[in-house]
Amino acid sequence: MRTIPFLVSAAATIGLVTVLNTRWNVGGSETPRLGGFLSPQHGFWQNAAPAEEDFGGKLALNGLKGKASVYFDERLVPHVFADQEEDAFYVQGYLHAKFRLWQMEFQTHAAAGRLTEILGVGKDSAILNYDRQMRRLGMVYGAEKTLETMHRDPDTKRVCEAYTAGVNAYIASLRESDIPLEYKLLDYKPEPWTMKKIALFVMYMSYDLSGAEHDFEYTNAKAVFSQADFNKLYPVTQDSLDPIVPKGTTFTPTRPLPVTPLTADSLYFQWKDSVQVSFSRPDKDNGSNNWAVAGTRTASGKPILCSDPHLSLSMPSLWYEIQLHTPGFSANGVSFAGVPSVIIGYNDSCAWGFTNAMRDVRDYYEVKFKDASRSQYWFDSSWHMTQFRVEEHGIAGGGVFRDTVAYTNIGPVMYDASFSGEGRAPQQRNFAVKWKAHDGSNEWRMFYMLNKARNYNDYLQAIQNLGSTGQSCIFASKSGDIALWQQADFPAKWRRQGDFVMPGDDSTFFWQGFIPRIENAHLVNPERGFVSSANQLPVDSSYPYYIGGVHDLYRGKIINRKLSGMYGITPADMQRLQNDNYNLFAETAMPIFRKYLDRSKLSPKEQKFAQILDAWNLENTPESIGATVFSHWFDSLEQEIWYDEFKQVNGVYTWPEEYTLAEQLLKDSAFPFINNIETPAAETLFDVVTAAFKKASAQLEVLEQNNTLAWSKFKDTGIRHLLRMEALSRFHLTTGGGRHIINATKQFHGPSWKMVVHLTDETEAYGIYPGGQNGNPSSKYYDNFVDDWAAGKYYKLWMMKQTEAADPRVKWTLHFEPAS
Amino acid sequence: MKLIVSILLSALLSFVAGLYFPWWAFAVAVFAVGALIPQQPFKSFLAGFMGVLLLWLVLLLFLNSNNNGVMAERVGNVLSVKGGAAVLIPVTCLLGALIGGLAALSGAYLRKR
Repeated sequence: MRTIPFLVSAAATIGLVTVLNTRWNVGGSETPRLGGFLSPQHGFWQNAAPAEEDFGGKLALNGLKGKASVYFDERLVPHVFADQEEDAFYVQGYLHAKFRLWQMEFQTHAAAGRLTEILGVGKDSAILNYDRQMRRLGMVYGAEKTLETMHRDPDTKRVCEAYTAGVNAYIASLRESDIPLEYKLLDYKPEPWTMKKIALFVMYMSYDLSGAEHDFEYTNAKAVFSQADFNKLYPVTQDSLDPIVPKGTTFTPTRPLPVTPLTADSLYFQWKDSVQVSFSRPDKDNGSNNWAVAGTRTASGKPILCSDPHLSLSMPSLWYEIQLHTPGFSANGVSFAGVPSVIIGYNDSCAWGFTNAMRDVRDYYEVKFKDASRSQYWFDSSWHMTQFRVEEHGIAGGGVFRDTVAYTNIGPVMYDASFSGEGRAPQQRNFAVKWKAHDGSNEWRMFYMLNKARNYNDYLQAIQNLGSTGQSCIFASKSGDIALWQQADFPAKWRRQGDFVMPGDDSTFFWQGFIPRIENAHLVNPERGFVSSANQLPVDSSYPYYIGGVHDLYRGKIINRKLSGMYGITPADMQRLQNDNYNLFAETAMPIFRKYLDRSKLSPKEQKFAQILDAWNLENTPESIGATVFSHWFDSLEQEIWYDEFKQVNGVYTWPEEYTLAEQLLKDSAFPFINNIETPAAETLFDVVTAAFKKASAQLEVLEQNNTLAWSKFKDTGIRHLLRMEALSRFHLTTGGGRHIINATKQFHGPSWKMVVHLTDETEAYGIYPGGQNGNPSSKYYDNFVDDWAAGKYYKLWMMKQTEAADPRVKWTLHFEPAS
Repeated sequence: MKLIVSILLSALLSFVAGLYFPWWAFAVAVFAVGALIPQQPFKSFLAGFMGVLLLWLVLLLFLNSNNNGVMAERVGNVLSVKGGAAVLIPVTCLLGALIGGLAALSGAYLRKR
C-alpha cells in the first residue's frame, strides 16, 4: 500500500461524500443533502414523471376484500368501481397517497403542530411558535376527542380503517427513490397513516373555518371607545343586510333564552384594560358562495345547485376530484386528500355544497392562577386543580422542545407567561380558550351520509352530524327539493357574549347551552324559488339569539338580486354568475366619491384618475383600471378616517368592516370619526375624501409607471406551493373579481372549486379547481387546470357508469385485487 | 483493454449498488474495482471517473428527456440554478465522476506496493 497517497485520496473521497451528504445553511435556508438529492438513482430525477406516463396496471394488495377497478379519464380523474364499499374507500386512500402523499402528511403535520419536525424552528422561532399555538389551541386534544367519537361509530371505524389501509398500502410500496420530491428537498420520510390523522384533518378544517372572531381586538377597542361609538364601529347587524333567511321571518324559541349575567355591566362591558396578545388567524375571507334554484326558475324545470368554496389557493390543490362507485351509491365531486368520501359533489339523486357560517364559536376567558406554578385556579369562589398536558415538539436535526400547557374547566390556557412568542409581549395574564371543536364530534359522518343521500330527509339526517364547524349546507334533489340549513351546535349567546375576553372565574359567563338545532336558520323550498348563502348573517335582528362572528354583506346581496331577476336559467347562466365581477360594494360607496370629492383641489393627473373612476362601469374585470383606482381610493379613505383614533388602542385591533364605514358616511356626513384628532382643524367629509383621493393618486402613478394599473396586474393572483417555493407555484394569473364580489378571487385566495350541477335525469355537471390531479410538480397533470380556471372555464364532469369501461374517455385502467 | 473493462465494470457495479444501497455506495463499488484490477493509479482514476460519468450521463439524459426537462427546470429554480437540465446534468455528472475517480484512485493506492 502506498500509505500517504492512499490516505490522501481516501480522505478526499470520504470528505467529498461527507460534504455532499450534509445539509448546509445557505442564505438562511437548509439545502437538501445534495449527493442523494442529485443522484440519478436516488434523487429528484427519479421523480421526473415521464411525459407519456402510464397510470394503468394491475395491483395485488393486502387488505382488499374483493376486486376494484379505477378508470382514469383524460384529466386524470379516477372513477373508482368496487364491489364492496370498504374497497372503494381503500382505493381512494391508495389514490390520495399515490398522487398527494406529501401534501396530506404536511397538512396533518400543520394541524398537529408538528412542522418543526420537518422545517426546524424557523426564523425568529416562527415555526415553533406556530406549532405551539396549534397545540395550545387544543388541536391535538380536540383530534383525540374526535377520534374517540369516530371509533364509537361502526361505519366510521370501518370506512376510515379501510381508507387508512389503502394509504399505507401505497406507502409500503414506495422505494426510497420514489418518495415524493418535497420529502427529498426537506430530507425526511413518510410515516404510516392513521385514523388520528383523519381526525386531525377534520380539526384543521374546523380551525381554518373558525376565524370569525375578534375577541382580543374588540377588547382593546372597547378600552378606548365609548359603548355608543363601539356599537357604531362594530354593529351587530347591517342596515342593508339581505340575510340567508329573508327578513321578516318570525322565530319562536322552543326553550328559555340565555340570560345575561347580573355582573355583565360592571365586569364585562366596562372593562377598560387592553390585552397584549397576538393571534395568527386563517384568512378572514375563508368563505364561499352557494345557491340552488328550483325548477320553477330553470329552463329545464329541474333544480340547479352551485357551490364555490373560497379558500387559500395552493399547490397541490386542497381538492382532488374523484368518483366513488359501489353497489350502494355512486358519488362524484371533490375530496380532501387525507379523508375518505366525496366532500362537495353529487350522486344519482341529489347534490350538496357548503359555505362557512362565520359564527363566533370560540371564546377566550381570563384565568386566575393561585401562583406561578399554575397548579390551582380560582373558579366560582374556590380553588380548583389544573390539569397539565406536556406537548413535545421534535426539532428537525435533533432536539426536543417541551411545552407544558395548563387545562382548566374552560379548555386549554393558550396564553400565559410561558408563551410569549409570535409578537406577544411577555405577560402575566392567562387566557383560556373555549371551542366547540374540543368536544369531539363525528363531522366526517356527514359526508359519508351525503354520498349516499337519496332525498331531503337523508340530507337532513346527514347534516345532524355537523357539530362544531358551522356551515350553511345547501341541497338540491332530482325530485325537485331545494334546501339550506345553517348547521352545527351553535352556542346560545346573550347579546355581545364572547365578543370580548370574558372572566374565567364565574360560571355565569359560560355558554349556557346550544341553540336547539330545530331553531337553526333554514329554508326549504321557499316560494321565491331559490336558496343562497355567501357568508352573510343568516338572520336579521328578530332572531332570539346573539350570532356574533364576522360576515360579508355584498356577495349575498348581489347573488340574491341577480337570482331574483333570473328565469329560464341554464347551467351556462350559473357559470356566468359564479364568474360575475360586479362590485356591489363600489356601487354602494361611489356616491361618497361623487358627492364629497372636491375636484377644484385636484392636479391634472389626479383629475385624470377621477375621470377614470367616473367612467368606471363597476365591473372588476381583469383589464379594469377603475377597479384599481376605486380600491386605492377606499383604502386611503379608511386610513384617513380610522388611523388617528385607532392609534390610541393598545395592542391588537381591527378596523371596522368596509361596509360599516360606507354605510356610516352615507347616512351621516358628520360622522365624528371623520375629524382627524391629531390636527387642530375640524376636517369635513370633503377634506378626507379629497385627501384620500390625492394619496391614492400618488400610489396610482407608481402603478402606472410600472404598467400595473390594470386590476389583474395590480391584484396579481397566484397559486402558491404549500412550502411557498416560487418554482413550484403558479404566479401572475390574469383574473378579475376580488373581495365582496361573487367572483371572490383575491391575490392568493379565492374560489378553490367551482361547481354547477343541473339535476336532470342524466345529471349535467360542471366543475374546475385551480391546480391539477397529480401532486408531482414535474407531471403535466400538476397544474393543467390553472389557466382554464383563471379564464373562468369549466370542465364537464363525468359520472361514469359501470357499462362505460370501453368509453374513449377512459385513458388508463388500474385494477386492484387482494393479494393471495 | 484493462481500462475499458475497468470503465464498464465500474459503471455496472455502480448501477447495481445504486439499486440496493444509499447514493454513495457507487464509491465503494468503484473503489473495489480500483483495488482489484491492477493499473497505474492515473488509469484507475480515469476508469472510475469515466465509469461513473458515463453511467450518470446515460441515466440523466434518459430521465430528463422522458420528462421533457420539466423537473430539471423546476428543481433548478428551487436551487436557484439557472439553465435547468443544461446545467444540472453536467454538474451532477462531474460531481459523481470526481467521487468515482477519487474512490478508484484510493483503491489503486491500496493495492500498489
